[in-house]
Amino acid sequence: MDLHEVQAQLTEWLDEAATAFQKVPGSAVLIRYVRSSYQNDPVRSAIELILVIFFIRYLLAPSYSTSKQNFIKLTEDEIDELVEEWVPEPLVAPQTALEEAEMEKLPVLVGPTGPKVKIANGKTVINLASYNFYNLNANEQIKEKAVQTLRTYGVGPCGPPQFYGTQDVHMRTEADIASYLGTESCIAYAQAFSTISSVIPAFCKRGDIIVADRAVNYSIRRGLEISRSNIKWYNHGDLDDLERVMKKVVEEQAKKKLTRRFIVTEALFETVGDCNDLPRLVELKEKYKFRIILDETWSFGVLGRTGRGLTEAQNVDPTQVDMIVGSLAGPLCGGGGFCAGQKDVVEHQRLTAASYTFSAALPAMLAMTASESLNILQSNPEILQQCRENIRFMRAQLDPRSDWVTCTSAAENPVMILVFKSEVVKARRLSIEDQERLLQECVDESLANGVWITRLKGMPITNSIGLKDGAWTVTPALKVCITSGLSKKDVEKAGVTIRHAITKVMTRKTNNKLGLPAA
Amino acid sequence: MPRKLTNPFSTSSMPNSERTAERRPSQSKGSRITQFFSTPKSKEQLSAQQTLQAMQQHQGISPPTISLPTISLSTASAGEPNSDEPATTLFQPPSVAEESRRLRVESQFGPLISQSHRYISAHQGKPLEAPVEDEPPYFYVLTTYLSYLILIFFGHTRDFFGKRFGNKKHYEALKVQNGYAPLNDDFDNFYVRRLKMRIDDCFARPTTGVPGRYITLMDRKSDDFNRTYQFTGTYTETLNMSSYNYLGFAQSEGPCADAVEEVVRKYGLASCSPRADSGTTDLALEVEREIAQFVGKPAAMVFSMGFVTNAASFPALVSKGCLILSDELNHASIRIGARLSGAVIRSFKHNNIDDLERSLREAIAQGQPRTHRPWKKILVAVEGLYSMEGTMVDLPGVLTLKKKYKFFLYVDEAHSIGALGPRGRGVCDYFGVDPAEVDILMGTLTKSFGANGGYIAADKHVIDKLKSTNAATILGETAAPSVLMQISASLRIITGDLAPGQGDERLQRIAWNSRYLRLGLKRLGFIVYGNDDSPIIPVLLYHPAKISAFSHEMLKRKISVVVVGYPATPLISSRVRFCVSSAHNKDDMDRLLAACDEVGTILDVKYSTGVAGGLAPLPTGVTPETESEWRKANGLEGVISPPRWKLEDVIACGAEDAKKTLR
Repeated sequence: MDLHEVQAQLTEWLDEAATAFQKVPGSAVLIRYVRSSYQNDPVRSAIELILVIFFIRYLLAPSYSTSKQNFIKLTEDEIDELVEEWVPEPLVAPQTALEEAEMEKLPVLVGPTGPKVKIANGKTVINLASYNFYNLNANEQIKEKAVQTLRTYGVGPCGPPQFYGTQDVHMRTEADIASYLGTESCIAYAQAFSTISSVIPAFCKRGDIIVADRAVNYSIRRGLEISRSNIKWYNHGDLDDLERVMKKVVEEQAKKKLTRRFIVTEALFETVGDCNDLPRLVELKEKYKFRIILDETWSFGVLGRTGRGLTEAQNVDPTQVDMIVGSLAGPLCGGGGFCAGQKDVVEHQRLTAASYTFSAALPAMLAMTASESLNILQSNPEILQQCRENIRFMRAQLDPRSDWVTCTSAAENPVMILVFKSEVVKARRLSIEDQERLLQECVDESLANGVWITRLKGMPITNSIGLKDGAWTVTPALKVCITSGLSKKDVEKAGVTIRHAITKVMTRKTNNKLGLPAA
Repeated sequence: MPRKLTNPFSTSSMPNSERTAERRPSQSKGSRITQFFSTPKSKEQLSAQQTLQAMQQHQGISPPTISLPTISLSTASAGEPNSDEPATTLFQPPSVAEESRRLRVESQFGPLISQSHRYISAHQGKPLEAPVEDEPPYFYVLTTYLSYLILIFFGHTRDFFGKRFGNKKHYEALKVQNGYAPLNDDFDNFYVRRLKMRIDDCFARPTTGVPGRYITLMDRKSDDFNRTYQFTGTYTETLNMSSYNYLGFAQSEGPCADAVEEVVRKYGLASCSPRADSGTTDLALEVEREIAQFVGKPAAMVFSMGFVTNAASFPALVSKGCLILSDELNHASIRIGARLSGAVIRSFKHNNIDDLERSLREAIAQGQPRTHRPWKKILVAVEGLYSMEGTMVDLPGVLTLKKKYKFFLYVDEAHSIGALGPRGRGVCDYFGVDPAEVDILMGTLTKSFGANGGYIAADKHVIDKLKSTNAATILGETAAPSVLMQISASLRIITGDLAPGQGDERLQRIAWNSRYLRLGLKRLGFIVYGNDDSPIIPVLLYHPAKISAFSHEMLKRKISVVVVGYPATPLISSRVRFCVSSAHNKDDMDRLLAACDEVGTILDVKYSTGVAGGLAPLPTGVTPETESEWRKANGLEGVISPPRWKLEDVIACGAEDAKKTLR
């Protein structure tokens, strides 16, 4: 091809490009703009041109991820070799000795749960290990209602609440709880254990501030972890410390945009058993403009004249607590959990609480049972009294009389948490593991003598590493759950058995030696 | 007090009577008889519903039916007034009480119309191909985006003026109040108030009774644009295409319910304790043993909630220094569990084996970020059947990679257990894979078994360790005895130990129903996602306005469906999801197809281009194997015409074609 042919071709293309450009709407304006600005200020045009070129280059540049800054390029063969060499760890670590022993010794219940149960080895024992405080599990009226519900609704609702899983039974249960507690509204979850883990992240987002008690239970910790909020801790049960932390938060945040602030705590603490001071909490909350998320899992159906929980026991208006979370599965013998509060608060959860939206609804039978149990508690508050008497009898056998353990639970808490006295721990230099092992021996000894108690399980809290500086060592403890289904004589007998079991374990030769530093 | 349900027939007749009243004469006995002799041409002029009825007439009289003609007619025809029912009654039923009991049972589990409506759900040899995803014309995509833009624009405008001049009560929660920051004020909240609120009545419809073949909705209305609802006190019985009742175990009668009643009377309602304290009962251990045996693993454990099964297991399996490779469409529970575990999480493209391999190679080659230390272990988390897409995991593909890359595999069978496989044992069964090759099989007991909760099945040492380390077992409540018994009884029915024959029928019915409905919808011209054998059938709607319109139109025809949009799906691909059940029969599927045909035309959602199936039948003499030759010979290569079958053709050919390879 000759040069002039190329030239002709080129001009032709340029002409074509020019006419095509002119056809684009707005091209005339652009040309006029470039011309006039060039004549007025050639430097400006040059800068603009550079900017345009830079912009185009930026657009065309390959996107790069900031996380791959130290990416090492390897050839396919090298990768194959690495793949070949890589040996993963086993999926799970082998069980520890304690875990294995615990699993082996875990009694298996045969038949229904109750104050006296049969276990797999054929023995009938007194059951002080389940949350069946009022023995509602054996209530015929409830069973009858449950069977009726079964025959109308089947078992599972086969769908999440948002997709046709909401049944009239659920709405009734929610309304019953709300009216029982005296709140505006209520939402029922399918499992108590995961309720608060979903409630917290539904409201607390990144940038929000949560002040929490150091002793809060595992479910709360999980909720705090998922929320990604800014978490501050105060010493367990120390509301002065809480006030100090709140004051600090308010000072720090004074100049910034107002964020949501929450206090997260329990009414009766799962790991310690003691009781919170709600009036003081409410006073602090109002003063520093925090909202309260109160976990009443262990106090709902327990505290107060008719079992309405901490608000009834300490005469606090339930509307002053923003969110009350509780369980329907424990003493109520139904299933699921709930969160009660204002209508806005509840409706918000229906869309944003993960374990509500992404999980099937509660089986109708269990919701109905919870409703019915509440009804019974309300109409016969004397069964609460009976349970409290049994707690007194049991305490009398254990707390003042035992040389080894002391009870940290509140007087009305049917879950009695028994920890080693500090002087015992000190004198024998018991590590956490030692204590757990000794307590497990106590549990076994007690079961051998016909009383089934259990140990507080602190392992999940100790092992959860997600929350920084929220570290809390759960003091190993025995857990004795009182029930109204036992007579005074039975309770006292069981108390004596437990006390003797502890004494026997603690005075065993092998255990005595272990305490010595040289051994 | 549980409310006594009224006779389904009396409820189903009410609201629709006005609409159908004018057409009634054409549906009287006289016209039906003429239909028997009429040529297909005259049928074309009839509405879809009438055609459907004519089709069912043919079937109703054909010998294989066991049910009375009265039943199949009145229960299967959409919104049909009952006035002409006596005319078709051939003989009087034995007694009123018995009759109403039978109706009750059939409203929970429909009778099988023909033994030929069964299919064995199993993978057919060839490697699993990803289902083709059809796309609508650009016009629809563009207008969908535009719809959202308009909605968002109006939402912000209303907020702007509302906050200044509107009703104070509605905007209080958005403002700083008395020193408290607003409880929810982010984009999610805007989305809920301004977009979801408009169609809120399509969600969380309250129901009563058993969510079986039919589901009874409590009618409600709203006078303030879905801010609040009032119950009208009436009930509507609708065809249930919404519940995850795959094997039809949502029943208040029958062997399961009887077993559950017995256990309630004996055991009470709860175990009142976590498993690690005093919640380990003989019943729980028995159920765990049965589940392990069912899924083909040495051991299993049961949880009281499906969501928590995932959320609690991941932290017990992996920790810092481990990597979780998760399918991008995995369920929220997997994502939360993964986050709680402290491991690094990376996602790979949905069901994309190549992308998974690429991620694996990169992960092993590069090691942990920054330190380049090798990963302690890699856990790949996939679901057996994806609940919004209807797609199945390519298990053989993943297992090939597993051999090479030595990762651990976690398969969430929430939807696939019971619903897939010749013996209902999930994806492993479907693909004929030995369950031992998968490290952890997780599933829910909520769906196929009609109970509640979830399970994990694995090797014995894994389960033992999980039992002693995962928080839900140590601290969470135990599954209730009644729920455990429902699991046990339904499992035994599936395996054939209880009520022999019933289990197989359930498994084969759901497989056939799924294929029949999927094929029918494709042929009608809908864009349908998912694998052929999946009982989850999503139909794409795109426009946000069509979400509620579709739901309302279906409700008018007494069918309850699940509609989903953003954020459960990508912004533009709003969809309606049909969940097929063994409790349905061909009449129900036909009723749904007829309704979809009508609604699809009204709403203009028949977008399909034919690339994903539903094509016209091949001419006689041409088999699927010789199709490519035939196309070459006739110059039809690559020519695909959009399928828009007539309803009657779909119904006439569907029953046979559903058993062949779908095309």
